[in-house]
Amino acid sequence: MPLNLLRDFTIREQLRIQVEGTIQGVGMRPFVFQLAERCRQSGWVANTGSGLTIAIEGAPELQRQFLDGLNNPPPPATIFSLSVDRRPLENFSRFEIRSSEAEGQSAAFVLPDLAICGDCLQDLFDPAGRFYRYPFTSCSRCGPRYSIIGSLPYDRERTAMAGFALCQDCARDYRDPGNRRFHAQTIACAQCGPVLSLHDRAGNRLADGDRVLEAACGHLREGSIIAVKGIGGFQLWADAAAPVAVERLRIRKHRPAKPFALMVPGIEDAEALCFLSGLERQALASPAAPIILLKRRPNAAVTEAVAPDNTMLGVMLAYAPLHHLLLRGFGAPVVATSGNRHGEPICIDNAQALERLADIADCFLLHDRPILRPLDDSVARVINGRLTLLRRARGYVPQPILSKTILPNALAVGGHLKNTVALGHDLQMIVSPHIGDLDCDVSVRQCEATLADLRQFYQRGPKLIAHDLHEDYGASRIAEREAQRAEKPVQTVKVQHHYAHVLACMAEHGLEPPLLGVVFDGNGLGSDNTLWGGEFLRIHGRGFERFAHLRAFSLPGGEKAIREPRRAALGLLYALEPERAFERMAPHFSAAESNLLASALKKGINCPLTTSAGRLFDAAASLLGLCQVNRFEGQAAIALEQCAAAVESDLVYDFRIAGEGTCVIDWQPMIEQLLTDIPTGNHGLIARKFHNTLAAMIAAIAERAGEPAVALSGGCFQNALLVEQAAGKLKTAGFRVYCHEKIPPNDGGLSLGQLYAVKYLG
Amino acid sequence: MAHGGGGRLMQQLLDTLVRPVFRNPVLDQNHDSAVVEINGTRLAFTTDSYVVKPLFFPGGDIGKLAVCGTLNDLAMSGAKPLYLTCSLIIEEGLPAADLQRILESMQQAASEAGVLIVTGDTKTVDRGKGDGLYINTAGIGLIGEQVNVNPSAIRSGDSIIVNSDLARHGIAVMLEREGMNFEHRIESDCADLSGLVQELLQNGIEIHCLRDLTRGGLASALIELASASRYEFELGESALPVREDVRAACDILGFDPLYIANEGCFALFVPESQTEAALAVLRRHPLGQQSLAIGRVKSACSQGRVILQTPIGVGRVLDLFSGEQLPRIC
Ligand SMILES: [Fe+3]
Ligand SMILES: [Mg+2]
Ligand SMILES: [Zn+2]
Ligand SMILES: [Zn+2]
Repeated sequence: MPLNLLRDFTIREQLRIQVEGTIQGVGMRPFVFQLAERCRQSGWVANTGSGLTIAIEGAPELQRQFLDGLNNPPPPATIFSLSVDRRPLENFSRFEIRSSEAEGQSAAFVLPDLAICGDCLQDLFDPAGRFYRYPFTSCSRCGPRYSIIGSLPYDRERTAMAGFALCQDCARDYRDPGNRRFHAQTIACAQCGPVLSLHDRAGNRLADGDRVLEAACGHLREGSIIAVKGIGGFQLWADAAAPVAVERLRIRKHRPAKPFALMVPGIEDAEALCFLSGLERQALASPAAPIILLKRRPNAAVTEAVAPDNTMLGVMLAYAPLHHLLLRGFGAPVVATSGNRHGEPICIDNAQALERLADIADCFLLHDRPILRPLDDSVARVINGRLTLLRRARGYVPQPILSKTILPNALAVGGHLKNTVALGHDLQMIVSPHIGDLDCDVSVRQCEATLADLRQFYQRGPKLIAHDLHEDYGASRIAEREAQRAEKPVQTVKVQHHYAHVLACMAEHGLEPPLLGVVFDGNGLGSDNTLWGGEFLRIHGRGFERFAHLRAFSLPGGEKAIREPRRAALGLLYALEPERAFERMAPHFSAAESNLLASALKKGINCPLTTSAGRLFDAAASLLGLCQVNRFEGQAAIALEQCAAAVESDLVYDFRIAGEGTCVIDWQPMIEQLLTDIPTGNHGLIARKFHNTLAAMIAAIAERAGEPAVALSGGCFQNALLVEQAAGKLKTAGFRVYCHEKIPPNDGGLSLGQLYAVKYLG
Repeated sequence: MAHGGGGRLMQQLLDTLVRPVFRNPVLDQNHDSAVVEINGTRLAFTTDSYVVKPLFFPGGDIGKLAVCGTLNDLAMSGAKPLYLTCSLIIEEGLPAADLQRILESMQQAASEAGVLIVTGDTKTVDRGKGDGLYINTAGIGLIGEQVNVNPSAIRSGDSIIVNSDLARHGIAVMLEREGMNFEHRIESDCADLSGLVQELLQNGIEIHCLRDLTRGGLASALIELASASRYEFELGESALPVREDVRAACDILGFDPLYIANEGCFALFVPESQTEAALAVLRRHPLGQQSLAIGRVKSACSQGRVILQTPIGVGRVLDLFSGEQLPRIC
């Protein structure tokens, strides 16, 4: 920080200050204005595409005070860099907020969408105030941001609020430096701002204005499903205590078992459903307001259908004034799940929602403020004492991950499932919101639109496009098309899946090689064209070396075996004793299945080999009778974790480490002992020992590798018990351990890792 | 070799290696057979090599396949096949009785189709250098005056029709080759489709395009046509005909029937207004009794693509796979 420069400032002159940080749309200019008045400075402040520019003229002593104050802006503003130039005096008569300079590179750190603040919440329920029951109230500290910003710099005319001209009262508040809404671009009231309306499936208007809320609550009470247009898109709401309503939503959404998220108005309501730690409480109430996975109370007042056979509930707090009004009217928790059709991106547009959600929702709660880009609710979980994002979107995007060294302009397109894309330039890496699975036509288009949006928003054309080794991933196809379409030549770069996972973890912690990356994952294509997923990668300055991996086994039926843990179990047992494998698994396969799969395994037909740790979890869950066929992604692994979490134990199974060069971790002793335990043992204890053993494998390989730093990544590290065990063992042995926090350990993090890989191109 | 699956690698091999070398306007038609004009007469001309293992399978053998396959390639240009050639590459040690059976099967298929096998060649290779027998056939056929069957004739709104259920050939051959024990006997659909095509033409059906759904199955064929014609095709998943036993085998083995080879199945593109008429003609013929409209051509789109509408109303993108299908889910 150049504050020491100030010693030289003995004569009176103008200071020109450039500020970068998350400073647009957080009341930074009003703050600067008030600070300037307090320090008796004349001059001006303006948003620029790259941040904020300030000119001050006044007593040097007070200029120093001004800079001190500037360095401590009110949250959620954060300053990343601040530079000061001296200029000749221009003798300004006063301090003013100037309209924005449109030029300048768009490097400004745009804020994510912010949950309603405490002051606005009070306004909402203050019958004396002019914002009483106004569902779109916000101030310079809260409200939508990224979801409504068309382009930079952040001013009302470039946002979704452009169509709402300020009424006299709002205009007065907007200009009043003493007001919380001073220069708040989202300011609006019932006189001038967006309005609600309620519609049936055919689009017919059922209610307007304040009556919408009451009518919507009535529908919820009757067991209807309501599509609610919120901040980053639509949600589907249903009464969380009503089995009929929730089952109806399951059937219509073609989602038989995957847990639904809940929304409640306040922290006490979350407390009534779940056990909360301090960190969980803090995360729930943060401006990002993510869905947090929480341990469910046995007497939680929601129907079993919300999260069948699950010990956790996903809960979020109301984050928009509309949610507060609805929930106060309804008086009980609601299911609030993404407003999309199975596999598609979340709907953001009224007409699109009426069309695509017509078979799901009974009625539609709409408003006329456009949503410019889809932002799902983010999902997080406290893992090993840290808040870990599992799905990153609203509330977090587009906060950049900062690099310590300059990056080339590059795009990274991610993988295939849970996809995100990322853009890198200078010191910034911006990861897009969660897009969805690229099997689906609409998601592919959304992915392409997101790439275009990022490029437009940050005014950057890429020199490099990074993608996965797997050519058939939806994103790899997109990368190919992007490269063909580009005006200037663009280099495409292939990044191995699990290497990208480790790099994502390194990027978010600003780590440099060397280190040991442990990737316990589902499946990804390895450099040798086999399916990897239980990998220990030694990361060096030019790539990685596969230091060790789990012993491989077959996946009978290929992709089918990823959805059916019983097949992973069959493949695993087949590697031990082919004959016994079919005997053991006989209860879970028909004779026709056994016959065909026996030949398929023998001849290696659609039975790819994998070293995946995720499939090892699936196999164990199947052997323990927890899950034979997944009804949603990760179901078996979640069941195994929850089964294990019920038991405390330090016991481990045996395993072997073999191999010259690349070590192979042989799970055979573990599986044999596990099979011996199953008939008489406590299944919770067996599952627990399985977890402990995998953690012990990690620690044992880390010892062999001898790198002091270890990064854990891959989908399996969404498993809190596994992370706690592994990190615990590693720390005890003296390793520095890094886990994901800001970026998901699952494939949602691939794009960031691919982007970071361009730093290490040979 | 991963290039053999009818997938992207084969496409790339052809596009980057083979086509550029031979480049000429006829080859660039990029169709199952070449259409050449000789003294005002339009002929379809094609060749294909057959390397199927095993040589005999339920529903056919390599001989029948070598005749029907080439006849079908001619028929897909709207041609009436006339003459075939036959080249045999015989591995030393192939039982004479087997060869006899195969040649008779070729002759039977040819005479049923009303074509003559008029020339050929025979070579032998050392034991271990072939899989018993490879056959190459080439064929020529005559194209009627008004006939213009070509990917470039595909138009927005066209109906896409298939004449038969899908995936039988690939599954039948695999079950036989691998000695798999399955509760149902599945027979290849191997058949000569040229008669069926002639029926359509004689009944005045305006055929825009035809494609036999061989290697890579329905999906690969349609993806190629979509990108050649630069249209988006939409298929209804629930409309796709796959027999229960075939579907069961696919489910168990983890195969997608849309990508499995057929040898007696085509996709037919006709104007929407002719859909019913075409179906009526097809259904009168033994090889077309199960004919169904499975989708349609939507709007033009620069890349060309095929979208499968699932029963729950979500559009799945169909893609050519790079050789061996490795799982994409993590
Ligand atoms: Fe992965
Ligand atoms: Mg052919
Ligand atoms: Zn506020
Ligand atoms: Zn107003």
